[in-house]
Amino acid sequence: MTGLPIATANRGQYAIRMTGIDKTFGSVRANRDASLEVMPGEIHALVGENGAGKSTLMKILGGLQKPDAGTMEVNGTDVTGWNTSDAIAAGIGVVHQHFMLVPTLTVAENIILGMEPVTGGRIDYPKAIADVQALSRETGLAVSAEATVANLSVGEAQRVEILKTLYRGAKILVLDEPTAVLSPPEVRELWTVLRRLRDAGGTIVLITHRLDEVIDVSDTITVMRAGQTVERLKTADTTPALIARAMVGRDVILTSRDEASALGVDVAGAEEESPVTASTFHPSDDMTSAIRVTDLVILGAQGTRAVDGVTFSIRPGEILGIAGVEGNGQTELIEALSGLRPVESGLIRMSGHDVTHKNVSERRDAGLSHIPEDRHRRGLILDYSVADNLVLGIQETFAKRGILNRDRIEANAKEQIESFDIRPPSGQIPARNLSGGNQQKVVIAREMGRKFSILLASQPTRGVDVGAIEFIHSRLREARADGKAILLVSAELNEVLALADRVAVMYRGKMTKVMSAGDVTEESLGEYMTGTRMDTAE
Amino acid sequence: MSTRREQFEEAVFPPIVALLVALICGDLLIMSYGQSPATVYRMLLEGTWGNAYGFGQVLYKATTLTFTGLAVSLGIRAGLFNVGAESQLAAGGFLAGVVGLALWPAFPLPLAILVCIVAAAIGGGVVGAVPGYLKVKFGAHEVIVTIMLNFVVLALLNWIVADHLHVSETLHTPEIRNGAIPRLDAFIQAFHGSAANLTIVIALIAAFLVWFHLFRSKRGYDLRAVGLQPEAAEYGGVKVGATLMRAMVLSGAIAGIGGINYVLGYKQYYEEGFAGGSGFLGIAVALVGRNHPLGVVLAALFFATLSQGGLAIHAFVPKQMVDVLQGVVILAVAMSVPEVRTALRRARKPVAA
Repeated sequence: MTGLPIATANRGQYAIRMTGIDKTFGSVRANRDASLEVMPGEIHALVGENGAGKSTLMKILGGLQKPDAGTMEVNGTDVTGWNTSDAIAAGIGVVHQHFMLVPTLTVAENIILGMEPVTGGRIDYPKAIADVQALSRETGLAVSAEATVANLSVGEAQRVEILKTLYRGAKILVLDEPTAVLSPPEVRELWTVLRRLRDAGGTIVLITHRLDEVIDVSDTITVMRAGQTVERLKTADTTPALIARAMVGRDVILTSRDEASALGVDVAGAEEESPVTASTFHPSDDMTSAIRVTDLVILGAQGTRAVDGVTFSIRPGEILGIAGVEGNGQTELIEALSGLRPVESGLIRMSGHDVTHKNVSERRDAGLSHIPEDRHRRGLILDYSVADNLVLGIQETFAKRGILNRDRIEANAKEQIESFDIRPPSGQIPARNLSGGNQQKVVIAREMGRKFSILLASQPTRGVDVGAIEFIHSRLREARADGKAILLVSAELNEVLALADRVAVMYRGKMTKVMSAGDVTEESLGEYMTGTRMDTAE
Repeated sequence: MSTRREQFEEAVFPPIVALLVALICGDLLIMSYGQSPATVYRMLLEGTWGNAYGFGQVLYKATTLTFTGLAVSLGIRAGLFNVGAESQLAAGGFLAGVVGLALWPAFPLPLAILVCIVAAAIGGGVVGAVPGYLKVKFGAHEVIVTIMLNFVVLALLNWIVADHLHVSETLHTPEIRNGAIPRLDAFIQAFHGSAANLTIVIALIAAFLVWFHLFRSKRGYDLRAVGLQPEAAEYGGVKVGATLMRAMVLSGAIAGIGGINYVLGYKQYYEEGFAGGSGFLGIAVALVGRNHPLGVVLAALFFATLSQGGLAIHAFVPKQMVDVLQGVVILAVAMSVPEVRTALRRARKPVAA
């Protein structure tokens, strides 16, 4: 019940030692020969791209998954294949990306849930509140014990999650992408707390793919790539470039705009403004812009302005990349552009037509293709066959008088499977049974294997293997060379830098900077992404 | 990797396993009454599939169950759990009866039947439209609304019949003047006395149409997409609200048409309480039939056999035993669906290197 973690291990003994961990899900090898060594009393960053196997490794540590092979030790004891209750009892506390709190209960009630202090058969609430307040003071995790969780900000909810694990006696704290949902001041506060916990002897494993954080707060670093541990570094001895190289397995490529320029497509960032037409007050550069967005405001889930006055345009044969920490309005922007989310105010024009209030199918008919960020939620119907998935969104064109033409659907599947190298090469298999990379190829085949002029590509390579990433990237470049206008949103900075002609940064619903890719440096981008620098966009 | 054959196995094995489990439970039950399971099961089969009358009764009961089973399964395909088939069935039967009563006898019979069928579809469809509308407009859960609507609609029909339309001393309407569907014994003498009628042909056509709609039409593609992943359907340009509304109306209409089996085919009048739980049993039929029209037809035959067989064996064991068996089948199917599926997948999985 005590709060502050106390180092129990001797110096020189690992707090966590995992070696040779293998874990396979279906056809996906999430971990292969992965290892992790963490000393007590340090902040250890576990970094890697999306899908590198970080979360799986931590699930194994927390007892949620059993490794197929390998051994793990905690404080010198072999604990291979333990379960969650063993892990909790041994002082491992995992703070998940998605909060596991009961919104209608108070902070104190959430924290004591499952191990309530009882006097005379009744829960001793005064004691619970006092305990929580004491813990909050000791750790610097400021929350009001009697507040209802539903009323807390995301940052406060996260503090409750951390307090919850500490209340259960956690001495080794695992945080899965803790900053994804936090604002910069909240991130700084979190760092202060983590340092304080470390100085009190606690051990912290921080999962992240953001290099600035790694440099900021960690003592040591483990880099994972494609399920494997590839590098162990001391933070003091390394640079972001070295970490980035270890993460992607090669030097970060910053060029590749040559193909488009070779075709004579003007890819410069400058906007050509032609005379204003009588009917509209917007500059009529529709002849040169495939998509033009003006002063777009989109409301988020809580009625806040998720996208707050964004203006940009993309020409045919150009890729505009949007960089930025996730949750700064990119998702809402893409949803609004594709017709899935209503526009509060502003204007969207595609190929010269006003589509601001058109629905999904009307926009698709106007030449819009959309690779959605979450293929499992939106991009695929997992229980539909690959062939059926390959017509999702264009099912109308495969029907005559409301009756589907199965022959044409099968023929289309055969063609797409071949040209996009989807494996296994069968249209009958449910999409669920494909590997992540091949699932994504189905989405890409559907969206890029037909006529289109504008493509919204949202996290196009998320969770797919390296081979598929190369394939998808080359497809995107081909489409650009073919004169398509592409809006690329990616959490992977490398991807944006490798593909985009111009890079825009979104921060808190605004485009804080649009720059030509040649002018981009990782440092300057980092400043815009974290909001330390802001310019007016366009 | 799963092929079509494997998908077929995953669809078909769970009900079979469930039937075996139910059979074993039945054995134990029968033995607890000091009877021989073999004898009782033989009696059950002889009383149903063993003679023309019994078989006719099975067909008659299976007809109504096919409609309600199709109604429930169409709803489930769209992600809607329609618990209101009971009142939709009654409303359909009522409207068919009223129209049959109103049509003059000189009206050509095939047309009269068609008009009555349309009336039945409208009756059930309207009852189905209410939960559909409330769900799409206000997010009211269709399970709650359909359950509650069962009480409202059944009581309303009861009141109309009892207060305005009944033949004195009874709880049924006068006999219809037109639209009677011929019984099977008009063609095959052996069915004499059984309620089986040509509605069974309509039921089979309905099953085919539902299959065609679900798996061969663009709207069926949209409907199943909404049922599986509404957000992906929305991404695919499907109007989710309209699809849900359409599915609920269609589901109600199918259940409503089921009402003609009794009203046009058997008694030629609407009678209070004729639905008699067929709407609720439709849920079991859909479940055992795995929401596939062919499965629904087979499951309807199975439950009809049990129901009719209960009458055949009740000299030996209480006929409530059949109700117990029905319950066991439903529970076993509900449990075996995921269990059998994982077992099948595990058995197929190649040994990991």
